[in-house]
Amino acid sequence: MRAVLDVQIQKELPHFDIDVEFKANKEIVVLFGPSGSGKTTILNCLAGLEQPDGGHIRLGNNLLFGEGYSMPPQKRKIGYLFQDYALFPHVSVEKNIWYGVPKKDRPKKEPIIQQLLDVLGIHHLVKKYPHQISGGEKQRVALARALATEPSLLLLDEPLSALDEETRWQCQDELLRLHQLWNSVPFLIVTHDRNEAEKLGDRILHLDKGKSIKEQNR
Amino acid sequence: MGSGDYTPLFLSLKVAAISTTIVFIAGIFFAHLLAKRQFFGKSVIESIFLLPLVLPPTVVGFGLLLLFGKNGWLGKWLLEWFDVQIVFSWIGAVIASVVVSFPLMYQSSAAAFEHVDIRLENAARTMGASNWRVFWTIAFPLAWPGLLAGLVLSFARGLGEFGATLMLAGYIPGKTDTIPMAIYFAVESGHMEKAAFWVVIIVALGFSAITWLNWWSKRNMRRFANEKGR
Repeated sequence: MRAVLDVQIQKELPHFDIDVEFKANKEIVVLFGPSGSGKTTILNCLAGLEQPDGGHIRLGNNLLFGEGYSMPPQKRKIGYLFQDYALFPHVSVEKNIWYGVPKKDRPKKEPIIQQLLDVLGIHHLVKKYPHQISGGEKQRVALARALATEPSLLLLDEPLSALDEETRWQCQDELLRLHQLWNSVPFLIVTHDRNEAEKLGDRILHLDKGKSIKEQNR
Repeated sequence: MGSGDYTPLFLSLKVAAISTTIVFIAGIFFAHLLAKRQFFGKSVIESIFLLPLVLPPTVVGFGLLLLFGKNGWLGKWLLEWFDVQIVFSWIGAVIASVVVSFPLMYQSSAAAFEHVDIRLENAARTMGASNWRVFWTIAFPLAWPGLLAGLVLSFARGLGEFGATLMLAGYIPGKTDTIPMAIYFAVESGHMEKAAFWVVIIVALGFSAITWLNWWSKRNMRRFANEKGR
């Protein structure tokens, strides 16, 4: 069977070149490596926020990048959880979560959003603003926002690094639970924390200076 | 004082309002266009935008006369094709005011847009938002305090514009006599009381604009600081 996500990209960076190749099915793949090993750049290339110099990216039946084509980020249907969540500071949690759902689809998406709010336990936060909630709550809101668009792939950039240890454990369990519920899509998680990589990843891709040096299956 | 004596007030407000509207839109457009782009020649373009800020108003007026005068490059064309005369008309006053206040709007909005976190805009894009939607829902509201500051400064600058306006629009009572113009010619002709009257009016207008802006931005900065604090 063809993999859901098929990536093979090269990109020149100031201090080293990225040259990676990996596939992912409906599983959690962890990109593990020290800071500055090109992990975030790889996520940005997948999301379409940066352009690789060559190679290809396929998601499902769609070509996202390659053969001289690059699909704009708006059309990729990729959820992206940014490192410090990038919640919109000027609108409520509720508006943050609904942002990616087109107006005409809102009535029929209501059950999905309600389920997300249930699973993540953030019903009570919807009227609040991002500066009024804690780090762990922000992380859950950002997850809800990324999943509300029903993406075909979820990218998570150091999703837990901004949290204290206890919250981090909680959130790791939550991520695993969430992936089981949404297991129709691959999760691609970037981390520099070995324990986290081992706890979350079905497969771990070790990166150093833009190259994949080891692949580890669980 | 007869009722006709108030024309400088209404004319000044009209000229400043129209010029501020034009400058607000143009300033935001160019600032947003250039804010997150780096290209060869950007600093040259920005220098040209900001030039009226450092040039004497008479130099700006001279340039505008070359451009919009009856034999000027644009002025001739406007007169022939649209029968519109810029010199000695209130439109001339608007143009002078646009040119001198544009740098203030451009500078405020460029700084405001540069401070909008690009990751927020990127997050919106990954959720399917078009560039147009990203602008209206993310960049514009987050840059709003800076845009508003630019708006108020441009309005105040437009209200006080004298040198370039005098050269392009001249002093025609009832037609191009904005408040600064009225003050100058009242003093010239020895009507000190009339001059003092307009001085009080324009000081009051300028003072209230700046006071309001300060009050408003302090209130908002506090809110904004809270939002940014993680």
